[in-house]
Amino acid sequence: MSSILIYLESHDGKLKSNAAEVATAGRKLATAQQKELVAVVIGEVATDELGNWGISRAIRLSGGNLADYSGDVWAAELAQLVSDQQADTVLMMASSQGRDLSPRLGALTGVTVIADVISLENQDGTTVGLRPVFANKAQVLVRPTGELAIFTLRPKAFTPEVVEAVATTVESRSAAALDALAIVRELAVAAGAKIDLTEADVIVSGGRGMGGSEKYDILEQLAEKLGGVVGASRAAVDAGWRPHSDQVGQTGKTVAPTLYIACGISGAIQHLAGMSSSRFIVAINKDPEAPIFKVADYGIVGNLFEVVPALNSAI
Amino acid sequence: MKAIVCMKQVPDTESRITINPEKTGVEQGDFSYIIGPYDEYAIEAALQLKEAAGEGEVVLLSVGDPSIKSTLQKGMAMGADRSVLIEVDSYNGDALTTARLLAAQLKTMEYDIIFFGKQAPDDNNAQVGPMVGQLLGLPTVTAIAALEVQEGKAVVEREVEGGREVYEVTLPALLTTEKGLNEPRYPSLKGIMQAKRKPVDLVSGEVAAATTEQLTWSYPPSRAEGKIVGEGTAAVPELVRLLKEEAKVL
Repeated sequence: MSSILIYLESHDGKLKSNAAEVATAGRKLATAQQKELVAVVIGEVATDELGNWGISRAIRLSGGNLADYSGDVWAAELAQLVSDQQADTVLMMASSQGRDLSPRLGALTGVTVIADVISLENQDGTTVGLRPVFANKAQVLVRPTGELAIFTLRPKAFTPEVVEAVATTVESRSAAALDALAIVRELAVAAGAKIDLTEADVIVSGGRGMGGSEKYDILEQLAEKLGGVVGASRAAVDAGWRPHSDQVGQTGKTVAPTLYIACGISGAIQHLAGMSSSRFIVAINKDPEAPIFKVADYGIVGNLFEVVPALNSAI
Repeated sequence: MKAIVCMKQVPDTESRITINPEKTGVEQGDFSYIIGPYDEYAIEAALQLKEAAGEGEVVLLSVGDPSIKSTLQKGMAMGADRSVLIEVDSYNGDALTTARLLAAQLKTMEYDIIFFGKQAPDDNNAQVGPMVGQLLGLPTVTAIAALEVQEGKAVVEREVEGGREVYEVTLPALLTTEKGLNEPRYPSLKGIMQAKRKPVDLVSGEVAAATTEQLTWSYPPSRAEGKIVGEGTAAVPELVRLLKEEAKVL
């Protein structure tokens, strides 16, 4: 029987929060196609959550040269598992790691990755994926033509589902000690170690209307109150007010939080490309003609330096 | 320092996208073309390395039909010395097919470092660079935001969720570039004039069968028309009420 292999990312021995999205997508496909579902984790990762997502079998790979991330070594190990487990489908997250690791696995197994999909569909036993292209201005349904398909899933596009818990059998495997061509020497954690924009449920974003880096304090305060993080438009990043890692949009991050609050952002098409999949969008802008109001569920026309603090006090 | 920059011609990111009536792709008609925005960081990085070394060459490499020459010229106007274009009539842009074409050509070329932009803004694949690295067995780091080259080694940083990964790799290596790495230069008038005389070598390539097939193109569902809650701070209580009672997000 062929299997569906899901690679679940971890950090410091814990599964990343997005693992639930991959697990849910994998379980649904395995059920629809009557295939075995095999979860793979790399390193000494706690696996007690897996049962809640309906995963009854997992492989934990460790040893060898797997302690630090190396795209080439990890891809070689996964390629070996694809063959051992007779996998015809591989799923992983389209995160920084997934987007680095998956193409290498693709090159090793001889397939193009169907990357950054927002939905998966079973068509007579073949899995097809819908992927946004041209900065979300269009989308295309893509089908694998060979015996193996690798998909990466766009963060937050798949809703995790907890099911009736099952027992998980975890098989530990030692990896061969492969020499790494490139391996992480050091992981510098960002100051404050905040949640990444792509994983955040609430984003308070500031654009050109902020007028300077020091004024982001009011957005930081609102974000903190809402349990979210601060983002920025390209204009704010190019002006040097915020780091590039905060940029939302075509040359930044694609985000899909539950709530996106755009402050002083006009809504250039490149910005909309990165945030228009947010569940609810609030826009605060002094220009009533700003294009951001076209996509905002709720808009307030006004001075953000008055409206944002008022909103902060009101919630 | 010999650097090769693999770049892709893409429609201007401001372009309006129209899906063709057969729903098999987009209408190419009204596009103006540019160098992929991330590829510009790659070209700039290569030029800076050559300038720092005081010697060497920056070569642009691309795949497609001869119309791409004009986009290669824009890269040569920035300062690249010459270009190589792998000429193919038609193929579906499958990432592995492209990577195989590039890898086969790169095997015939000399380099200390190969750069790619981290992804093209049109197909959003972000695959060809790391695939080529894998096919050529080169140390490969994707989406780099910092680069330092010294004595046959490169120390690079890569932005990941919540931090930065630091790598040290031995050259030759393959790197894909992220925004923030540098500030790409504008071509000078002199550069534009010189680019017209710089060579573009055409080579042929073997197109392998694609491993994916595009079925149907569509537009994403559009968002419902939003509403203006009101003006200024007076609108805040109503906004809070809507977020609590209608959106149920507070």
